[in-house]
Amino acid sequence: MISYAECSARERLAQLLDADSFKEWVPPVERVTSPHLTQLSVPCAFDDGVVIGRATLADRTVFVAAQEGAFMGGGVGEVHGAKLVGLLRRAQRDRPAAVLLLAESGGVRLHEANAGLIAVSEVMRAVLDVRSAGIPVIVLIGGSNGCFGGMGIVARCADHIVMSDVGRLAMSGPEVIEASHGVEEFDSRDRALVWRTTGGKHRWLTGDCDALVEDDVAAFREAAIAALDKAQPLTLDALEKEHDLLAQRLHIPPAEDAGGDDATFLWRALGVADAQAVPDLAVDAIRALRNQ
Amino acid sequence: MNPMSWNLKAADRAARLVRAAEALGSRLTGKRVGTDAVGKLLEAVLSPGDRVCLEGNNQKQADFLAQALVTLDPQRVHGLHMVQSVLALPEHLDIFENGVAARLDLSFSGPQGARLAKLVSGGRIEIGAIHTYLELFSRYFVDLTPKVALVAAQAADAQGNLYTGPNTEDTPAIVEATAFSGGIVIAQVNEWVDGKTATLPRVDIPADWVHFVVKAPKPNVIEPLFTRDPAQISEIQILMAMMAIKGIYAEYGVQRLNHGIGFDTAAIELLLPTYGESLGLKGKIGRHWALNPHPALIPAIEAGWVESVHSFGSELGMEDYIRARSDVFFTGSDGSLRSNRAFCQAAGHYACDMFIGSTLQIDLDGNSSTATLDRIAGFGGAPNMGADARGRRHASPAWLKAGREARAGRGGAAGTPRGQKLVVQMVETFREHMQPAFVERLDAWTLQERAGMELPPIMIYGEDVSHILTEEGVANLLLCRSDAEREQAIRGVAGYTAVGLARDRRMVENLRDRGVIRRPEDLGIDPRQATRNLLAARSMRDLVRASGGLYQPPKRFRNW
Amino acid sequence: MSDVPAGLETLDFSFSGGRPAGTFAPVLVGVVGSGNLEVMLEPAVGRDCIVRVETSARGFGSIWRAVMNDFHGRHPLAGVRVSINDMGATPAVVSLRLDQAVAEIKGGRT
Repeated sequence: MISYAECSARERLAQLLDADSFKEWVPPVERVTSPHLTQLSVPCAFDDGVVIGRATLADRTVFVAAQEGAFMGGGVGEVHGAKLVGLLRRAQRDRPAAVLLLAESGGVRLHEANAGLIAVSEVMRAVLDVRSAGIPVIVLIGGSNGCFGGMGIVARCADHIVMSDVGRLAMSGPEVIEASHGVEEFDSRDRALVWRTTGGKHRWLTGDCDALVEDDVAAFREAAIAALDKAQPLTLDALEKEHDLLAQRLHIPPAEDAGGDDATFLWRALGVADAQAVPDLAVDAIRALRNQ
Repeated sequence: MNPMSWNLKAADRAARLVRAAEALGSRLTGKRVGTDAVGKLLEAVLSPGDRVCLEGNNQKQADFLAQALVTLDPQRVHGLHMVQSVLALPEHLDIFENGVAARLDLSFSGPQGARLAKLVSGGRIEIGAIHTYLELFSRYFVDLTPKVALVAAQAADAQGNLYTGPNTEDTPAIVEATAFSGGIVIAQVNEWVDGKTATLPRVDIPADWVHFVVKAPKPNVIEPLFTRDPAQISEIQILMAMMAIKGIYAEYGVQRLNHGIGFDTAAIELLLPTYGESLGLKGKIGRHWALNPHPALIPAIEAGWVESVHSFGSELGMEDYIRARSDVFFTGSDGSLRSNRAFCQAAGHYACDMFIGSTLQIDLDGNSSTATLDRIAGFGGAPNMGADARGRRHASPAWLKAGREARAGRGGAAGTPRGQKLVVQMVETFREHMQPAFVERLDAWTLQERAGMELPPIMIYGEDVSHILTEEGVANLLLCRSDAEREQAIRGVAGYTAVGLARDRRMVENLRDRGVIRRPEDLGIDPRQATRNLLAARSMRDLVRASGGLYQPPKRFRNW
Repeated sequence: MSDVPAGLETLDFSFSGGRPAGTFAPVLVGVVGSGNLEVMLEPAVGRDCIVRVETSARGFGSIWRAVMNDFHGRHPLAGVRVSINDMGATPAVVSLRLDQAVAEIKGGRT
């Protein structure tokens, strides 16, 4: 078992894709780096924190991007975003079996301000364009930084999300919630709470991810292969169904604070009998708890 | 007949007990004091200038009693002389700010080090001395005997028997010194046990050593100080751990040892079942430990490396694991851990062949210190662990080998055959922010001047250090025969620090030829082998799995 | 660090007398995270080993020089460009990454 969370972006690609099948575009040696970071006395990365290219997965051609969480928290800057957008636009032209996005990011790279914001919004548009063209976009989330901010939104724009229980998916980060609403509302140092509200098990139980796997690169590979033919057509009907689901979900928690823990309450309301035990259950036990 | 009175202490204690009974009235039942009456109790029992031991242990804190001390009227209770192991809570210093206390003898003040330094330089505290733990406990029986002891226990029964459970720590030593010298013992507890529907799981402190018991409104504070997340162990720390295992543990056959807490030693603990196993070392090293229940030791225990562990205190989250491994840990008839800092410190001093730990600064004599400017942090147990045990007489292979290396070629008293304890200082050449660990002059000297201390606060003296281990290699100081050799041996492993760059290259090469300095390649270690894949557990969750689900890490360590 | 100007520090070194590394695919090891660095090796024209370091930890030029001197002593390369983006790695980590990078070159000394 190889921990997906422990691997760097490049190690994940090497382990996940068919052996020796990966061809990198805009590689480090081309030095396409951030035009903004140097002014802020921050070192660049030769690949601006994202690796893009083409490979095969179970002998089928896929386009891949892997974000490096250790560089700037995986934050999306101008060049990083442009690499993602370029990959997605090329996918529209070349029509691979799928686009795989190994996401690990805090969202917009704040250092790059508006350029980062624009980059993320361009990525969202490009993902939706690829889906409209009938090519599935599969997001894998399992890094220790999680997938937050604008990249959290990007993930939910995709066809299919695979998460490990170590992974996290949300928009606002725990520290931001605490800073805005106070520690009584959300104690970001209560890591068990953070994972109850943003972690893979929670997202699986609420239907926000499509597959829950162990923190194991082989398990991610298997789930990615299984997702290759699971494109979700982007129709008005599908969108309205999703709105209904979200509207229903808004009314599940009690209006007033009923005391105790929101996540546990929500899971119970979703039909999980022993909701308290969820954080300690193994992944395969959690999988069985969701009504498919 | 001698007309002097010889029972003044007993009379004084009796008088204080009467004062307390009068002040508390119906708030005192037997030994039980109402929670809201704790302030009245302390005012009645304390006199100005008393020597008071407040249980600030390394882990557990008598926090309710500390808070009560702060509320006392300094007009009535002032000038107390505090003797305590650890200054951990803000309240421990508040009582000096408001005049309730004036003088302090302690061992360690980690979290309060900066504030302590300010109060000392502002003349608000007079420090008697900074001690190592066992030294302080020893003085409780000689010249620092407490008049009043304020301790923390888990539970008490109606008679006043105390259950201190896994975190027994310093309590027995404190209470014995106080109770048997005419002093008064007051305990805060988390729960009462009525003796009918429930009894104490076991008796840790007998009732007739205890005078008053009060239930605290919240369970006493305990900090998980000995948990290290394997996810934070770096490749460099793994490289150093490999050198420790192969170059020292295997070399000397270290069976009995203590690890100072840190990520470096956590790496060693996590490499035993993997790297240690690959070297065929199981059974040959690491069987007996004087150690807190480090979660990082779980994989080694599970793989059968560890025969016994005696502990200073417990560690939050380890309770069920310890119960289930009673062959390894010291446990009571109730199944829970029995820790005892005084005995564990004695074990570490006399019954262990090696201490290994980290530090902040080392000078050219091998003296090491964690003192930094503007913080008075103290020592904890390190000076005791990291010192040769000159009273020791029993032999072991490791002790004899170290002793031979140190004495070969010497004559006279310094050459008399005897063993020596291995004292290893393990440190990266640069710390965070590129601060060098090797310096020409320790900050301790400047701290001495500023704080008016008799001596610079050196944690481990160079004379006791047997090896210095960095990412650059191992320097064996036992084999050095002059100050010049010692200096170059240290410079030779000081890497690219200014101290290291100023080495005499020829002397260092010579020392390497003689085996005084050994680089990783001399030990047959390729630094590129030092990857995190070697760790028996790479995350907190791996530790939980290794324990079969018995280990329950505190919330702050979870990430799943 | 009084007179060191603000901003990233760029350090350049050049070493001669190495063994030609021949042609090889560019190699990248490491990640630019706090306390870490990335090292890229590529073939270069000429007979030198050319090193460029961009670092956010300013004022440690003499230590970098010593580390690079020792690296060249361990692995005297010719016709190689070494490019480093550094975010405050200690010399131990720098030397480790350099050795890891060399190990990945075909024809370099492992």
